This record gives sequence, C-alpha cells and structure tokens, in this order.
Amino acid sequence: MRFEPGERVRTRVMNPDGHTRIPVYLRGRPGSIVRCAGVFPFSDAVVAGRPVDQALYTVMFSACDLWGADADSSQTLAADLYESYLEKDT
Amino acid sequence: MSDTHAHDHEHDHDASAAISNRVKALVATLESKGLVTEAEIDATVTSFLTGAQPANGFRAVAHAWTDPGFKTRLLADATTAVGELGIDLSHWAPVKIRAVENTPELHNVIVCTLCSCYPLSLLGPSPTWYKSEAYRSRVVRDPRGVLAEFGVQLPPGKNVRVWDSTSELRYIVVPERPAGTAGLSEAELAALVTTNGLIGTALL
Repeated sequence: MRFEPGERVRTRVMNPDGHTRIPVYLRGRPGSIVRCAGVFPFSDAVVAGRPVDQALYTVMFSACDLWGADADSSQTLAADLYESYLEKDT
Repeated sequence: MSDTHAHDHEHDHDASAAISNRVKALVATLESKGLVTEAEIDATVTSFLTGAQPANGFRAVAHAWTDPGFKTRLLADATTAVGELGIDLSHWAPVKIRAVENTPELHNVIVCTLCSCYPLSLLGPSPTWYKSEAYRSRVVRDPRGVLAEFGVQLPPGKNVRVWDSTSELRYIVVPERPAGTAGLSEAELAALVTTNGLIGTALL
C-alpha cells in the first residue's frame, strides 16, 4: 500500500478517453486517506482490456476544498479512489 | 433539426429496447453453444431477486441497535458481519458493503454521482429519485438543502458527510436508534427502519 490512513493526498487532474471512476468534481483536489478499502480489479484497466489489480482508498474531502471558501465547513465528502488517481500532497 | 422526435422526454425506451435485443442475442448464442440453459438463467435471476430485499438492511440495523458487538463488527466489515444474519453476499464479490453510523454529531448520506451504485443486496432495487441527475448532482454540493427537501432538518451544529459510491464499495447508513424504543424486540425495531433511513435521506 502506498498511502497510510491520515495521509494528505491530492487527486490528479486527468481526462482519460476511456472509462474511469474518478468524478470530474473530485479531480485536482486535496483530501486525506481514511483507509485502504482493499485491492480490486482496476476498473479503468479492466474496461480497456488490460485487467490489473490496484489498491482502492477511501478519501475524505472538505466541502470547502471542493466548492470554495464559502461552502459549509460542517460538510465533508468521501469517495473511493484508485491509487493511480492519487498523489502525495506536497 | 428534424421534428420527427418532437416529444420532450429522453429516449430511454429506445435504449432499453436496444439493450433488451442485445441480451436476447447473447442468451441465444450462449444457449446454442450449450453454455447455459433458460432454466439456469431463470433460477439465478429468481435467487438474486428474492435475496436482494430491503428486509436484509432493516434486520442488520435492528440487530446492530440491540447488539453492540455486532454493531462494531458491522462498522468494521459489513460484508462479513451480515453473514452472521444468514445474508450471503459472496455472489456479489468483489463488491463490498460498508456501513456508516449516524451519531448525534454526524449525519451520513449516500449517493453515486457516476451512475446509480446502490447496496442492492441489502436494500433491494433503488428508488427512482436515487438515480435522478438532480439528486446525484445536488446532494454532493448542498446535502443540507437536499435533505431539507426530504423533510430532514438537520440542526446547524450537526456535521454532514456525503459518501459518493464511486467504485467497489456500496454504503448503508446505520441510523440513530429512535428514542423511546428501549422495550422493543428486534423484529419491532426492524419494522421502524426505512429504505430512506438507510440511504440517509430520512431520520427514524
């Protein structure tokens, strides 16, 4: 596993031609790792005909990091994102 | 622009007819090659549909309310924990279930913004609104506003968390146990649980 619970990450900005499981509104955003959900067949690669397993992480985002400083600070959002969608937040 | 499609709704009827024709062609091919029989397909569909019932989710939540040890196991690994109730999710693999708990400080709500992923095994088929673009696009941006439209008024201090089911996990909300239910049996408690309660769009 590349990321540990609590670790700060940033989602990659990407626009692949094929299938992907990272919604556009979650691209390029800072968040933190909640936990690794396990290793699964990586959807993007499966659909492309090159199946490979990959770690899937639950990542937590604050509403302000998704929607701007005027968003409700009591809101958070979690999503399950494959390792290749994520990079360390530096 | 041609006026031959002057009706103002989307073409779901065309899309479902196309899928239906593809499925029929696929089934005919598999049958002609001796890989499956119609009886086998019927048996699989029947067992799938009879197994995927909201009663499963209601039972799991009522059991969690009455058995703290089970609740701990449910929150840690719901896929395995519901097996204790005889709910077998092995044929849904690799998809896993995760249960998230409402508390006095936190309210949870689930959505699938990419399509309509839903804990079918524990809640049966999803409500139509759950699949609507309006719900999927708005609940991630303004959960309090959307919940208010469902009649759920959260107090200002309460945190709200949206779970976007983007991948191989399906979520259920474990609602807070309703007040004044101390004397109720597990079956009576299960009767208080609702589908919207387990999605997070209702309080119990």
